[in-house]
Amino acid sequence: MLDKIKDFASTFFVTGDPLIYGADVSIALTMIAILFVLTYYKKWGWLWKEWLTTVDHKKIGIMYLISSLLMLFRGGVDALLMRAQLALPNVEFLNAEHYNAVFTTHGTIMILFMAMPMMFALFNMVVPLQLGARDVAYPFLNALSFWLFFMGAMLFNLSFVIGGSPDAGWLSYPPLSEMSSSPGVGQNFYIWGIQISGIGSLATGINFMVTILKMRAPGMKMMKMPLFSWSVLSSCVMIIFAFPILTVTLALLFLDRFLGAHFFTLDGGGNPMMYVNLIWMWGHPEVYIVVIPAFGIFSEIVSVFSKKKVFGYKSMVFSMMLISVLSFFTWVHHFFTMGAGADVNAFFAISTMAIGIPTGVKVFNWLFTMFRGRIQMKQPMLWTLAFIPCFVVGGATGVMLAVAPADYQYHNSYFLIAHFHQVLIGGVVFGYLAGIYYWWPKLFGFKLDERLGKWAFWLWNIGFYLCFMPQYALGFMGMTRRVYTYGWDMGWAPYNIVSTVGAFMMGIGFIFQVWQISYSIKKGDRDLTGDTWGGRTLEWSIPSPPPVYNFAVVPEVKEQDAWWDMKEKGLDKIRPDHYEPIHMPKNSSIPFIMSVFWFVAGFGFVFGWMWMAVPGMIGVFGCLIARSFSYDTDYYIPAEEVRETELALRGNV
Amino acid sequence: MGKTKWLSRLKVLLTAAMTMVLLSGCSDKFIVLDPKGPVAETQQKLIIISVILCAIVVIPVLALLAFIVYRYRDTPDNKSPYKPDWHDSKLLETIWWGIPIIIIGILGAYTVRDTYALAKPKVAADTKPLVIQVTSLDWKWLFTYPDQKIATVNYVQIPAGVPVHFQMTSDAPMNSFWVPQLGGQAYTMPGMAMQLWLQADQPGEYYGTGANFSGKEFAHMRFQVEAKPQAEFNEWAKGIASGPNAALTKEGYQELAKPGSVEKPVFYSSYPPELFDEIVDKNGGSYMEHGGNPHKAGEPEAGKSEGTTGGGSNHDMSHMNMGK
Repeated sequence: MLDKIKDFASTFFVTGDPLIYGADVSIALTMIAILFVLTYYKKWGWLWKEWLTTVDHKKIGIMYLISSLLMLFRGGVDALLMRAQLALPNVEFLNAEHYNAVFTTHGTIMILFMAMPMMFALFNMVVPLQLGARDVAYPFLNALSFWLFFMGAMLFNLSFVIGGSPDAGWLSYPPLSEMSSSPGVGQNFYIWGIQISGIGSLATGINFMVTILKMRAPGMKMMKMPLFSWSVLSSCVMIIFAFPILTVTLALLFLDRFLGAHFFTLDGGGNPMMYVNLIWMWGHPEVYIVVIPAFGIFSEIVSVFSKKKVFGYKSMVFSMMLISVLSFFTWVHHFFTMGAGADVNAFFAISTMAIGIPTGVKVFNWLFTMFRGRIQMKQPMLWTLAFIPCFVVGGATGVMLAVAPADYQYHNSYFLIAHFHQVLIGGVVFGYLAGIYYWWPKLFGFKLDERLGKWAFWLWNIGFYLCFMPQYALGFMGMTRRVYTYGWDMGWAPYNIVSTVGAFMMGIGFIFQVWQISYSIKKGDRDLTGDTWGGRTLEWSIPSPPPVYNFAVVPEVKEQDAWWDMKEKGLDKIRPDHYEPIHMPKNSSIPFIMSVFWFVAGFGFVFGWMWMAVPGMIGVFGCLIARSFSYDTDYYIPAEEVRETELALRGNV
Repeated sequence: MGKTKWLSRLKVLLTAAMTMVLLSGCSDKFIVLDPKGPVAETQQKLIIISVILCAIVVIPVLALLAFIVYRYRDTPDNKSPYKPDWHDSKLLETIWWGIPIIIIGILGAYTVRDTYALAKPKVAADTKPLVIQVTSLDWKWLFTYPDQKIATVNYVQIPAGVPVHFQMTSDAPMNSFWVPQLGGQAYTMPGMAMQLWLQADQPGEYYGTGANFSGKEFAHMRFQVEAKPQAEFNEWAKGIASGPNAALTKEGYQELAKPGSVEKPVFYSSYPPELFDEIVDKNGGSYMEHGGNPHKAGEPEAGKSEGTTGGGSNHDMSHMNMGK
């Protein structure tokens, strides 16, 4: 009996590496600390009522933000581990297996558990406010989306200490990811972690699409909508078409692994090329899904901090929608070298280059928004200005990669690594950071400290160029991605050491940002007006942080920059003479409980334990049924309460 | 203050870019930009064309950005015009929709031309291309020479000045066969026979590597490519065949295919002639359609009906390597 338990424990818990023991200890200590603090300060009720069961889009946004920052930390540590291993030839810091696990989790976490939730954080924090809405279209679904993402992410992260991390690359090509080459549970964690959070992502896409189409304030025609909301719509269109492909692909891979199906193995009549096609039919739109909202953020920021109307609004809208369509016709450029033939390669080379056109147009529009404006170098604007050269160069190397015959030389090399980090860090990370700095005062009521922010900014930027410029060179020197070690013979060492130094500078930049947030909670400038930056869109017309109902009176929109227009006409000082009761959704514990059941079911599927998976799925269906029988899902905030809240927040009614 | 920081930031970028360009011109470490054969030369030319065409947009944008940020910064004494409501210009928008379209058009034309050109090799009438079969294993490369009837591991010798037809498959997770100085890479996949044409103009030693992640010891999947004059190559092949090297048997192959990396090149005086086709078939090649499928290099009965398989662009060459 004792032997059996020992045997089980040795495969269940990952052992044999000091990093993993370190993680075990820190996870245990963090859990104990959280439990202690919550109990000691009697905060369990508060946590449950205010956060775990909330359907308020602003709170959900904050929870997305916290989770994504945690995941940025985890993915960032993975990156630094890799760069430490690659700093010099023949380093033995990580062994091959561990290195493979680290780059796999780095990629997966950064795209799916960092970029996506950070994007959803901004959707949630901003879109309803920009539209003049009181909530999203489906608040309950919104909470469910968050908890599904959260449980999926936790399941994926658990693989580090339980069962073993996936190590077949972030897109897990078969046959490497099949049972034959990856027999452990790592790939199952990959499949179920992404699958569960992917359902949430799809639901968020639908939710925000409907919100944007149906919940806009009266008078806000589509062509008067703020550009960030347009970018969210464009991103949601892509989510709705792309994520079902991911769901199906991973389900098929799971059937291959779990039931011995042959969808992606040639023996038995399947085809691994089918997987590669399918995963990129999702994967390519995915990169536009995360980058387009950043374009929206930049459009807002450039206009506000240049004190000028955005240039070429129609062009911006058209180019974003064009990108969202074109993004579905470029996936083959990820495997020009898979032998599809000249016709196919030529088509996808041209379609990929074509995406450069609308993207380039946007850059010119931002430049000419600044032209004849007055540029204020505040934190959001700094990140926007840093983004432009970074993204332009990254876009140019993207066009270079699209040249199919030349791609035979770049494919899977460090040139590619440098390119996509340049567009993803320069575009997405810089964009979301700009957005977070920009909307932070709206959500939290105080600004983030400028001085610490500048430190972070310069560390990130200099670190970025040090890290990735040498990697372009390494690509030309024949260094391929995912090698865990190399010899002195190729002359790669000096470039790699510079790259590692750059990576650690970005890491220090992140530490400065954590410091900046914790410092500003106490000492940051309080925002009393609600309009910190001299904003142009509706979210700046309400107090910071916004009351639960957002808008005491739903605004009437006349112009494209609605709040700017009101300020110019002097309507901003007018207070309503009476208030109406406001209809709001009630909190619900079902999203949280249902997601916990998903987690249980997912864990059961990972280990092939039906005794765990089946009750988990029963729990999920039980929650669905419970929801369908809950009729008491909304309430009214009385007019008097609204009046008092507004009085307290505005002080001058 | 913002201005000087901004300029210094731009300097970092420019220095990095300049360093890259300068270094690539004067160092032989940048093997992708140092082609030794016609295929790699075509690719290098395309790389240069694409850099120049991109620079036509990138450089003005960076310059414009620096100028605009400097000129229109928000300082109390800034005299430059301020027009908060100017937000539309049909002329300007036409220009920046137009220029990228033209540039992509030009680059696209070059791309399409060379995509088709490289799908088929230029074979002079009097040269006979060499066929080499490549199998990526866990975690090593097996090369078999159907005409010379020899096999090597992690080492390829080819005659200089002769097009080489690599037929590639995998008996392990997919990988990618890459010889940067001779011209690019292509995937090796289990159950399929992929094609890649490469050629070395001069004798020399070239670096080859696996480029697609295939598991634990993937980092050790390097091989050496050596180009020799045709006579020396023939000599070498004969020497391997008649020398003291062991023959690769089927059992020997089973042993070789087991996971593990190989430090030094290995040579075999012979190998089972149908080995490559068997590897393709055993991994599912038998499920694939044969007629007219360019991926399928050979099938067991190909020897009987010479030249009927392997359609597409490689049709005329494909019969030469069939299981004899």
